[in-house]
Amino acid sequence: MGYPEYMRESLKMVERTRPQRLEMAKKGLRNFVKPMSEEEREEVLRKYHPDYQPDARREVRVGPNKGELLTAKVAEVLESHSRIDPDNFVIEPPDYETDVLIIGGGGAGCMAAIWARKEGAKVILCTKLRLGDANSMMSQGGMQAAVNPHDSPVIHYIDALGGGHFDNKPELLKVLTTEGPKIAKFLEDLGVMWDKLPDGHYQTKPGGGTSRRRMLSCKDYTGAEIMRVLRDEVRNHPEDILVLEYNPAVELVLDEEGKCAGAILMNMETGEYTVVKAKATIIATGGFGRLHIKGFPTTNHYGATMDGVVMAYRAGAKLLYMDSVQYHPTGAVYPPQILGFLITEKIRGFGGQPVNKYGELFVYPLEPRDVEASAIIRECAEGRGIKTPDGHVGVWLDSPIIDLLNGPGTIEKNFPAMVRQYRRFGIDITKEPMLIYPTLHYQNGGIEINEWCETTIPNLLAAGEVTGGVHGRNRLMGNSVLDYNVFGRRAGIKAAELAKKTTVGKLTIEHIKKYEEELREAGIETKLVTPILLPEYRNLELLKKHRKEFDPFLPAGI
Amino acid sequence: MEERKLIPIYVLGKKYMVPEGSTIITALEYAGFKLKKGVGCREGFCGACASLYRLPGDYRLHGGLGCQTVVVENMHIVQIPYTPAPKAVYDIEELEPDVSVFNRYYPELFRCVSCNTCTKICPQELNVMDYVNAMMRGDFETAAELSFDCLMCGLCSARCPAEISQFLCAILARRLYGKYLSKKGEFILQRIKEIEEGKYEEEFRRLMSLPLEELKKIYYERDLNLEIT
Repeated sequence: MGYPEYMRESLKMVERTRPQRLEMAKKGLRNFVKPMSEEEREEVLRKYHPDYQPDARREVRVGPNKGELLTAKVAEVLESHSRIDPDNFVIEPPDYETDVLIIGGGGAGCMAAIWARKEGAKVILCTKLRLGDANSMMSQGGMQAAVNPHDSPVIHYIDALGGGHFDNKPELLKVLTTEGPKIAKFLEDLGVMWDKLPDGHYQTKPGGGTSRRRMLSCKDYTGAEIMRVLRDEVRNHPEDILVLEYNPAVELVLDEEGKCAGAILMNMETGEYTVVKAKATIIATGGFGRLHIKGFPTTNHYGATMDGVVMAYRAGAKLLYMDSVQYHPTGAVYPPQILGFLITEKIRGFGGQPVNKYGELFVYPLEPRDVEASAIIRECAEGRGIKTPDGHVGVWLDSPIIDLLNGPGTIEKNFPAMVRQYRRFGIDITKEPMLIYPTLHYQNGGIEINEWCETTIPNLLAAGEVTGGVHGRNRLMGNSVLDYNVFGRRAGIKAAELAKKTTVGKLTIEHIKKYEEELREAGIETKLVTPILLPEYRNLELLKKHRKEFDPFLPAGI
Repeated sequence: MEERKLIPIYVLGKKYMVPEGSTIITALEYAGFKLKKGVGCREGFCGACASLYRLPGDYRLHGGLGCQTVVVENMHIVQIPYTPAPKAVYDIEELEPDVSVFNRYYPELFRCVSCNTCTKICPQELNVMDYVNAMMRGDFETAAELSFDCLMCGLCSARCPAEISQFLCAILARRLYGKYLSKKGEFILQRIKEIEEGKYEEEFRRLMSLPLEELKKIYYERDLNLEIT
């Protein structure tokens, strides 16, 4: 199908300016289009970033962060009812007992399982869909690690700190950047096929907000490659790691001393509940893209519905930076079938340029994500974007320039997923640019942890996107892949250690009752039941007509 | 926005009217299905939504990813959320990267009759049969390259008359290639050693004790060096 006829004129202008933009890139783009100063960044964020709009946040009225301003949608989801009726639920005897329970089967969960087992623990890993069905599988561009001689963990630290608006928890960020090289090697030793230079050294590219080349990659299937290797490794230990697929946790279980002691799982097919009693529990449920905050489309996995944050919050865990949302600068806006899909930042790492409808390069291509996204929103708001037939707007991401800069075949070789994605809809990205607009991408905040992934609830740990603090209020590209590996590993090690010295007392779900009382006292009336588990995409008209009485997943208010 | 035209599709033999231009996944959702399996990342990276379909006037059975395949009029669709396949359990540390691993763990690999059904069904358009042949020859590099974009959806295995689980053999081949056969860099070991010996601790201590204003100054004045590796 390709681009509609009316876009031809704009596409021609992109072609016309390309030789000049190519020359600038060859001479060092930052000599022509300067990265923004602190003041310029602040201005574009304040005016155009969705987080800075007056309706972005509201006070949360219950729970450990009561009184704080959070992302409005997050506050709404936190002020909700449990799926479990605490007065009638029979909690003992449990159906399973284990050393370590891991909730979530993405990158952090699998890494934690591998390391908890190495440290001698018996593990149960439960997950909502299949093992590996997670945002981890979808990351394309890469993983940051200071593996080059002229780089260092300290430089990595400074880049991430500035990108995160200096809100990153220093001790977490230090762990992240310091353990990067070790993780790169660990994954290679498991068999991950990193992109390499001829001498065997890792191929590295810059990312938004990095001052060095630090992005390791596996073509543009980086997440898929790491995830399938981790999953394969988890499956190599069936004697120690029991995987329960299609069995998400829906509430945590505590013991009489207030320690976390496992969780209640729900079978997605049958609706049956089971109780897992565990000496230590790790939440690794990922993020919240499928909440479609402010109506944005998302790059996220079908299951990214903030489940872990809700469960932990109801049990009393403190959250950090749940007022901050990451919009990826480059989501697809055309063709409609791929609306909101991720266009990897690696495209810009290889020299791809965002240009407006007149073919003008309007921003330094490698600003930190929130700044880059805001600049794109500004360009469109001021009328220099291109409208799609179904009413969206976007700017071009000039990909053909990559082959002109790096030699023919570079795109095919390094971006097979993107080439395939667009080819399916009749667009050849080696010859034509992509139409893009920011898309909801990452949960910057989450459950507060220390450098060994411990939350404010004893024996409850958390790792990966579900946590807050590592990235401050804006994550840089490639730091989430590193995050889930570094902290997944640490969570596994720590949980195994805690399990050895823990005796679990009598199980209780009194915290659910208390939370319900808090809702009542705050005068909150809501029909929302959480964790949400899966978003609602059915035709609502059909739903109202036929399905109302039958479906246990029916969201409130319909 | 104008109303999209509705077209008929058949799911497990029943007719549903869905908007033209929908993918299999969004068409099913429009028709009222709450998908709990057979759906994952929705962007073509996870292989959860493998589907089989037949088109009117075409005797062939096609495979595709539900999230990437646009429905056409009178298409007959079924989702294949899972293909049972016998994953071998192995210790990657003790394996040797030669053809004997397949004799040991996936001997059915050698039953390949070169019918090319796997290649024809692959929704990623990989040359599956070619990588199977490469594995049979013990050519791990070729097998790893050709199978690299595999999403492990399992359709090859479901269709194979020789009952090979190609996608499981392939991840074993790739892991062995990545671990043992790909060229290794030297500097990484030096960097890890530096870190373990505490080379950066002093710099971190200094940095972490600085007030915000000084940190900002360091950040905004840092040099960008993106050319060399």
